[in-house]
Amino acid sequence: MELERFIFLTVDGLARGAVYAAFALSLVLIWRAARIVNFSQGAIAMAATYIAFVVTSMTGNYWLGLVAALLGGAAIGLIVERGVMRFVSPVNPLNSVIAALGVLLVIQAVVGMLFGNGYYPMAVPFSQEPLPWLAGLSISAYDLFVFVCVAFVVLGLAVLFGKTNVGLRMRAAAFSPELARLLGVRSTRMITLGWMLASAISGLAALLVIPTELGLNPHATDLVFVYAFTIAVVGGLDSAPGAVIGGLVVGVLLSWVSGYLGATLSPVAVLVLLLAVLLIKPGGIFSVTKERTA
Amino acid sequence: MTGIMSSRTTVIIGVVGLIAVIGLTFVLEPFRNYQLATIAAYLCAVAGLTMLTGVNGQLSLGHAALMACGAYCYAFTANGLAEQEIEGPVLLIVPIIAAVVGATVLGLVIGLAAARLHGPYLAGVTLAFVIALPAVTSRFSDVFGGDQGLWITVERRPEFLAGRGGTEMFQAWVAIACAAVVVVLLRNLMRSNFGRQMRAVRDNEVAAALAGINVARTKVIAFTVSSAAAGIGGAVMAFMTQSASPGAFNLFISLFLLMAAVIGGIGTLYGALWGSILLVVLPDVIGSITRGLSLSPEVAQRLDGNLAVGLFGAVMVLVVIVAPFGIQGLVRKAGHQIRSRGSLQSAPHPK
Amino acid sequence: MSDLLTLSGVHAGYGPVTVLHDVDLTVPDRSITAVVGANGAGKTTLLRTIMGQVRPTAGSIRIGGIDLTTVKVEDMVRNGLALVPEGRGVITELTVDENLRLGGLWRRDTAEASRTLSEVYELFEPLQNRRKSAGHQLSGGERQMLAIGRALMAKPKLLLLDEPSLGLAPRITAQILQLLGRLRDERGLTVLLIEQNVRSALGIADHGVVLNLGRVVAARPAAELAADTDLRHTYLGF
Repeated sequence: MELERFIFLTVDGLARGAVYAAFALSLVLIWRAARIVNFSQGAIAMAATYIAFVVTSMTGNYWLGLVAALLGGAAIGLIVERGVMRFVSPVNPLNSVIAALGVLLVIQAVVGMLFGNGYYPMAVPFSQEPLPWLAGLSISAYDLFVFVCVAFVVLGLAVLFGKTNVGLRMRAAAFSPELARLLGVRSTRMITLGWMLASAISGLAALLVIPTELGLNPHATDLVFVYAFTIAVVGGLDSAPGAVIGGLVVGVLLSWVSGYLGATLSPVAVLVLLLAVLLIKPGGIFSVTKERTA
Repeated sequence: MTGIMSSRTTVIIGVVGLIAVIGLTFVLEPFRNYQLATIAAYLCAVAGLTMLTGVNGQLSLGHAALMACGAYCYAFTANGLAEQEIEGPVLLIVPIIAAVVGATVLGLVIGLAAARLHGPYLAGVTLAFVIALPAVTSRFSDVFGGDQGLWITVERRPEFLAGRGGTEMFQAWVAIACAAVVVVLLRNLMRSNFGRQMRAVRDNEVAAALAGINVARTKVIAFTVSSAAAGIGGAVMAFMTQSASPGAFNLFISLFLLMAAVIGGIGTLYGALWGSILLVVLPDVIGSITRGLSLSPEVAQRLDGNLAVGLFGAVMVLVVIVAPFGIQGLVRKAGHQIRSRGSLQSAPHPK
Repeated sequence: MSDLLTLSGVHAGYGPVTVLHDVDLTVPDRSITAVVGANGAGKTTLLRTIMGQVRPTAGSIRIGGIDLTTVKVEDMVRNGLALVPEGRGVITELTVDENLRLGGLWRRDTAEASRTLSEVYELFEPLQNRRKSAGHQLSGGERQMLAIGRALMAKPKLLLLDEPSLGLAPRITAQILQLLGRLRDERGLTVLLIEQNVRSALGIADHGVVLNLGRVVAARPAAELAADTDLRHTYLGF
């Protein structure tokens, strides 16, 4: 009985952790592209999920909604980067944080005005009941779907950055924008692309995680953002593998905490973890850089 | 020379302003007095935050939680005193002192951790802190009263204020007095040698350390003082609403405080004042406009609050991009223009 | 011999500070032109202005008849200019292979680009064994080779080099300068070279330009400049 519960909590944690990892990846992408911790990422993802919700409600098709979340996220990322973040002076790093928080408020307010502040239940394409043929593991079909989606994202990013020319351009623009321009890379366009990609991924992550929680509302991603931020910091903001491993670890940790100590304590556990990592190993657990000054 | 001059001017402006505001409480309707008290309560917290962020360069999203700490400390102390049937000024002053002490201690703890963090990292940690607050209050709901929070027995208005509107007037006086104390203390701190140290640390930590400034100590003290100010703000809120609950101090409040500091003009106490006024007045104005539009109840309900939040967010973004010194920067610029025009007329500059 | 690059009456600087004053400069096709001058003469600003990183406030910059003054930095390479930045500017987080690929990425013809890649590896054999090494693992000389190789990946008409000898051992400097001579002779590459190391720069260059306090004070055949003792004493300090 004890063991069954432990397995259940661990598997559940892995499923959630996978989504958090995808969300953390989006933070890492923007950090690498623009050296900005995007505090509006949660709101962007939430808005993308509303787009998916509308599309799915109108067409009755989950998959069209999923595509809409990706495209909608990318579009919002484009607007936020081209419309706001590009104009923020990088002289003081607090400026980009404040501007992103402003964007967060605007997005939450606009969504609130359009849809109200109530909760909408979200449809899922697969059952959330444990699969009978995997009874011992208590994995649901929806969990498997989540794993597949996140694996797809991780592999896609690995191929994009490791194998393609666009990925090479994006990395060059991220590491050394001025030098990249001299080599013919349109660096500002690459930064925009980074924002679009990150926002699409965070939109997908929100679409996957919101049905497992209270439902869709303008604040549905507040807590998820805090989790993702913690994961990104734990993994080292620069490190994509760090975000993936960090996501799974934190997901399982949170699941144990809420399972054994009480569901309400997960935010506290995250706070403790975040503080511990930042104070003991500020570069992140998977990062080799020593000091971090953002 | 100019320093002494402008310092004297500030004192005069402050005293005259204080008298004018207290005079105002005699003519305002009860509801307006309540709003005035709310402005003063916000001002305590915003002033602390503007010093921390604008002068010392530490961005905190946790000030709502620090206000909550002040509010709960106020609640515990006031209810405890009321149980002992203690009344009078003690029931007002001791809980406020308890709120300051509580917020100071919590601020010291966070500040010790914050001293090692930079920019976005501190923002993220304090964000996690304010998000974790409802979890703490509901986990220990027998102490904190869960999501509903606590009801507080507060000191009632003095006898001579009995009658319609007396309660709100008394609330406004208490709030204004608290805000005045906070602003005067912070102003002196920002103008002192310690103020220079805070600015040095903000501008360049390495250079400040080389100049012999203890960077970590400066940051911890700044955070602690700022927390104490937030704690007073929370105590005043608790006194006004006669309650302390996690919902009253959520992430939005933290963002509102930051917004007030940024829009008013980050790093200046005048800016904190403009921002706090805006925080209370703007939603009110927007509310009366939307009410005038005779919208359907459903639409009105959606616009309510959200419109003000969106406007605040948009203005905050605009300020960061085009007017980094906020309202106070514009006021100062206008003042310079008027003054230079005046001096041109009286004594034209030889060219 | 026609001129590939022509600067006429160029003024440029940073904000209120004008660094280059009325600079006239021509770089003849299939030749090496060396711009020499003391520290602060405006040599690096000259390169930055040609590459569009600093915009001229007056005057014109043309390559083969195309006006460069409004061309974006990222389009310079598409107009036949490739820069080897000062301090062996390789992107240290990327591998040798990635750095080189990056240099030819703007070219549409990928088959042609991969042919160039093997040519560059032939030219710089030491790089061949280090294809997968990250930029920060290379020695100074290897980095300089990589930066030049990356510029060559663009098949430029004009190769611009900013102080290629800086911080390198004399033997390696000599090798690199010899290589530039070979590229000019064998492939008809045009080179604009900026150097503080006057003697070796003028040794391989066809033309020499002396820059002093942002003005061109002499532009003559390199051998002639090297032999002019007065000029050397006045502006170059040896």
